[in-house]
Amino acid sequence: MTAAPALHLSGCATIDGAPIFGPVSVEVPRGRWTCLLGPSGVGKSTVLRLMAGLGDEVTLEGTVGAGDGAPLGARVALMAQSDLLLPWLDVTGNVTLGARLRGQPPQLDRARAVIEQVGLTGHAAKRPDALSGGQRQRVALARTLMEDRPVVLLDEPFSALDARSRALMQDLAATLLAGRTVLHVTHDAAEAARLGHNVLLMTQGGITSVPPPDGPTPRQFDAPETLEYQGRLMRLLMVAQ
Amino acid sequence: MMAVVRIAGVTLLALLGWQAVVTLAELPRFILPGPGLVFTTLWTSRALITEHALVTATEVLLGLGLGAALGFASAILLAASPAARSLLRPILVFSQAVPVFALAPILTLWLGYGLLSKVAMALLIIYFPVTSSFFDALMRTPPGWLELARVMNATPARILWRIRVPAAMPGFASGLRLAAVYAPIGAIIGEWVGASRGLGYLMLLANGRAKIDLMFAALLVLAVLTLLLHASIDAACRRLWKS
Ligand SMILES: Nc1ncnc2c1ncn2[C@@H]1O[C@H](COP(=O)(O)OP(=O)(O)O)[C@@H](O)[C@H]1O
Ligand SMILES: [Mg+2]
Repeated sequence: MTAAPALHLSGCATIDGAPIFGPVSVEVPRGRWTCLLGPSGVGKSTVLRLMAGLGDEVTLEGTVGAGDGAPLGARVALMAQSDLLLPWLDVTGNVTLGARLRGQPPQLDRARAVIEQVGLTGHAAKRPDALSGGQRQRVALARTLMEDRPVVLLDEPFSALDARSRALMQDLAATLLAGRTVLHVTHDAAEAARLGHNVLLMTQGGITSVPPPDGPTPRQFDAPETLEYQGRLMRLLMVAQ
Repeated sequence: MMAVVRIAGVTLLALLGWQAVVTLAELPRFILPGPGLVFTTLWTSRALITEHALVTATEVLLGLGLGAALGFASAILLAASPAARSLLRPILVFSQAVPVFALAPILTLWLGYGLLSKVAMALLIIYFPVTSSFFDALMRTPPGWLELARVMNATPARILWRIRVPAAMPGFASGLRLAAVYAPIGAIIGEWVGASRGLGYLMLLANGRAKIDLMFAALLVLAVLTLLLHASIDAACRRLWKS
């Protein structure tokens, strides 16, 4: 993995002339986990898609890119709410998808190690439809790790999971993605309170940074300062228009 | 097992109904022979019917194989190239305005009375359904997969081959299922227009000689062959999708 760059986006976005968000300014520091927290429909996914180089339909009046000025093209990995597993490939096939799509030989040894890291040893030969929702999202995380990109963009990847699976996945992702520049879009104040080194609150009014408690992440979900911070985020979400 | 019992039950009911119509309406056997007579004829003429059934089956299988291969390739070409799409799609749609039946005499003229004109008919009649159902599926790849592939820096050719084609296989399979039913129609029409062998030819011959029982026996064999073809393609598609 090359050095993780910072990310920035500023400006207004429209789709076919209809305003999506803006004017906003998003700063994602290098090598840290940044949560972009906000209600549904406020434009979080659009911010993330623009940073991923997707969103051809979006017109951005402004700038988006990496802090070091180099293109982001081959430095980004993406993990979405839907696991996007290919049903005709087994777990190993899905985890090594990137290499196959680039015409590179799949690194099967590394795939085995990554599958072990996400706790799916023994499931490597299974098809996605033989796995639970939580397990499928672990495969998606393994596929993301396999890409070994310095920037990881997460679009509500845990929101379809039950509370326990979600907490376990949060722990796992926080550990395994440490050191990379992570932008994590979420609508869940509790999740932002556990995971963010930085938390950006996105509302119709724009984006504000809400500094989280000090200390390592993932934060204890029942620690008083985590709960207090989660409550504060929730209050800010409620007063926002 | 339940399915077998159900099919057997429905078949029995249909046969009883058939016999009842013949008996109650006192239909003469040259209008509608009863099932008993048809099965007797099927047995006594088994060599003749088998000979012609093999010809028709060969035409159908060749037409189906070639038409499916051509449809597969065409759909991929259309999906891969916007230029091919804008050029070929109108032609493809326009070609559907010409009833394939109307082409049968021309094909016979060009390709002769033998196997070739019937294979061509079967091929033509299934080409469009296979191409269009596979093409539609190729154009409806879930966008999330395409975006994931883009972020992974995949080339369009690899996206097509590794994601769009496998994701569209159910569409290809439903085209094949339709083809299994259409291909025999094409072959039979080809035989009606001009042939000296095949079930279609046999039916015309029997009709001309007022051997309605033989005609029905040939029709029955044709229907059973079509059902078998459809069932085996269905099973093959399921297996393929699972494995
Ligand atoms: N392709 C599109 N065409 C038109 N409007 C869109 C499109 N994609 C998203 N939008 C609109 O943009 C707004 C923001 O969407 P999104 O970025 O997905 O929000 P969030 O992720 O915060 O829920 C929503 O109101 C949505 O309806
Ligand atoms: Mg969203």
